[in-house]
Amino acid sequence: MAEKVLMKGNEALAEAAIRAGCRFFFGYPITPQNELLEYMARHLPEVGGTFLQSESEIGAINMVFGAACAGVRVMTSSSGPGISLKQEGISYIAGSEVPAVIVNIMRTGPGLGGIAPTQSDYFQATKGGGHGDYRLMVLAPASVQEMVDLTALAFEKADEYRNPVLILGDGVLGQMMEPVVLPAPSPEKTVEKPWATTGKGDNEKAKLITSLYIQPEEAERFCDHLRAKYSAMEERETRFECYRTDDAEIIAVAYGTAARLCMAAVDMVREKGIRAGLIRPITLFPFPSAPLRKAAEGGAWFLTVELSTGQMVEDVRLAVGGRQPVAFYGRSGGMVPDPRVIAARLEELAEKKGNAETAQPNEGGAA
Amino acid sequence: MGTKVFSRPDCLRDVASHYCPGCHHGIIHRLVAEAIDELELAPRTIGVAPVGCSVFIYDYIDTDFIQAPHGRAPAVATGVKRALPDRIVFTYQGDGDLAAIGTSEIIHTAARGENVTVIFVNNAIYGMTGGQSAPTTLLGQSTTTAPQGRDAGADGAPIQVCEMLNTLQRPAFISRVSVHTPAQVVRAKKAIRRAFQCQQEGKGFSFVEVLSACPTNWGMTPLDANKWLEQYMLPYYPIKDFRIPEGVQ
Repeated sequence: MAEKVLMKGNEALAEAAIRAGCRFFFGYPITPQNELLEYMARHLPEVGGTFLQSESEIGAINMVFGAACAGVRVMTSSSGPGISLKQEGISYIAGSEVPAVIVNIMRTGPGLGGIAPTQSDYFQATKGGGHGDYRLMVLAPASVQEMVDLTALAFEKADEYRNPVLILGDGVLGQMMEPVVLPAPSPEKTVEKPWATTGKGDNEKAKLITSLYIQPEEAERFCDHLRAKYSAMEERETRFECYRTDDAEIIAVAYGTAARLCMAAVDMVREKGIRAGLIRPITLFPFPSAPLRKAAEGGAWFLTVELSTGQMVEDVRLAVGGRQPVAFYGRSGGMVPDPRVIAARLEELAEKKGNAETAQPNEGGAA
Repeated sequence: MGTKVFSRPDCLRDVASHYCPGCHHGIIHRLVAEAIDELELAPRTIGVAPVGCSVFIYDYIDTDFIQAPHGRAPAVATGVKRALPDRIVFTYQGDGDLAAIGTSEIIHTAARGENVTVIFVNNAIYGMTGGQSAPTTLLGQSTTTAPQGRDAGADGAPIQVCEMLNTLQRPAFISRVSVHTPAQVVRAKKAIRRAFQCQQEGKGFSFVEVLSACPTNWGMTPLDANKWLEQYMLPYYPIKDFRIPEGVQ
């Protein structure tokens, strides 16, 4: 039965994973995601699951790899510096086409950085991070409720596409408490995994999970196969939310915590008669380029807001394709922008747009 | 009528080997296959293949296989074994894989007493990448990255993996064998079989180091390589049962 409770983001995510049938967790402590690990240590054994604290993030991700090959629902979580260490394993998991769920509750970087929240692992999450031509499905929750809902989705999609799915949250989402509706526990998932290496049994052909393709022709065929899978994801799995965009001339683009701040900023400037809206990517890969392109074709200008020095803004610019200006506002190092400052940026942009249209009708100026 | 006394193990595939002449991987593969057959483990065995020359072990041994990242096979094996505790899980790793990049994984898997079997092939050099130094390269031994010979001052001393793992509390079975003579092959077979049996009986982590030759990268004939192994490797890497649990025959 579904139930409404007050929970911390990291713990809600962990509980959602257990309810989604995750029975194996391998991880290594790092702030600000430790509650997730600790929750799994306490609660996985209660449902007959296995929690193991590995010797390193590298150990953890490879244990995830092994368990995923064995066909079980498995998860790991970390934060930036730990995710960097896991990248080798993530590349192998993607290259071996096995499903796994990986959580990154982002902290500041580069290097050891700090434990305050940022969104500065966007490139790492969406542009590979590890070696080779692979993609992760990347889900970006903006509330504790979404951390729960997207976790269930992550397990489902990982199995469906035989691909790792990354949940990209940040320290704010991980640490804050919100009321959340937990789904009823789903009985142990019985997704058929005929490819899993569980032992060949009697008279059965042995199964092999590998990412090694020595012959270039074979290796290219494999990469083409992966590309087709990622294209299918782009076609079917792109998720986003539009907030007050129907008549919007100025559109904020932000995900996760930054999107919540932008939502408040949009409401503030709307009160002043500025037609502002927000497009919030929920999947960062596949990236919701289509709604951005459409809004650009309709003449909207854009303000990308991130808790970083500017990473997703590159994808926004690609989607907009030079049709209209794309401005950027970001704070880094764990500084969280004030919605009033974002509102001021939206106002400035609206003013520039107005001036540009007065001066040169139908042509966008530089923002 | 003759009686058949020797044949290919069922779980060793009838395919041509890609290994160099005189390489011992072929022998060790066979010993692993024989042990799996004799204990009737093939239907429920999952092997974890390494990086390096022996990555293609999955082409030879007819059980399920996973190909792991360089050095990470013990962690992958841990994941499989935790998910499927009633299956037999083994890794097959070279010295570059296990004793360099994978030291963390092997030590901690052994320290946990994970109920898996590790076959560690030590030929004191990197094979697939062309004869560079390994952590097990002997002092004075020349390699492409130690052309003047390994020097303790510059390169450190070779790692004796069995001795190192033997300091841990949890491993159940640790043995070092060699395959450079027929008598040693027989002894090696016994150790490998015991290691799998140890896992089968749930006794915990089992580890067999197999000293082996790499004539190509040592720059020797296969026969000279065997002599070199005996003359130089055995004194530093003594053949020995370090630890045997009670009840394992």
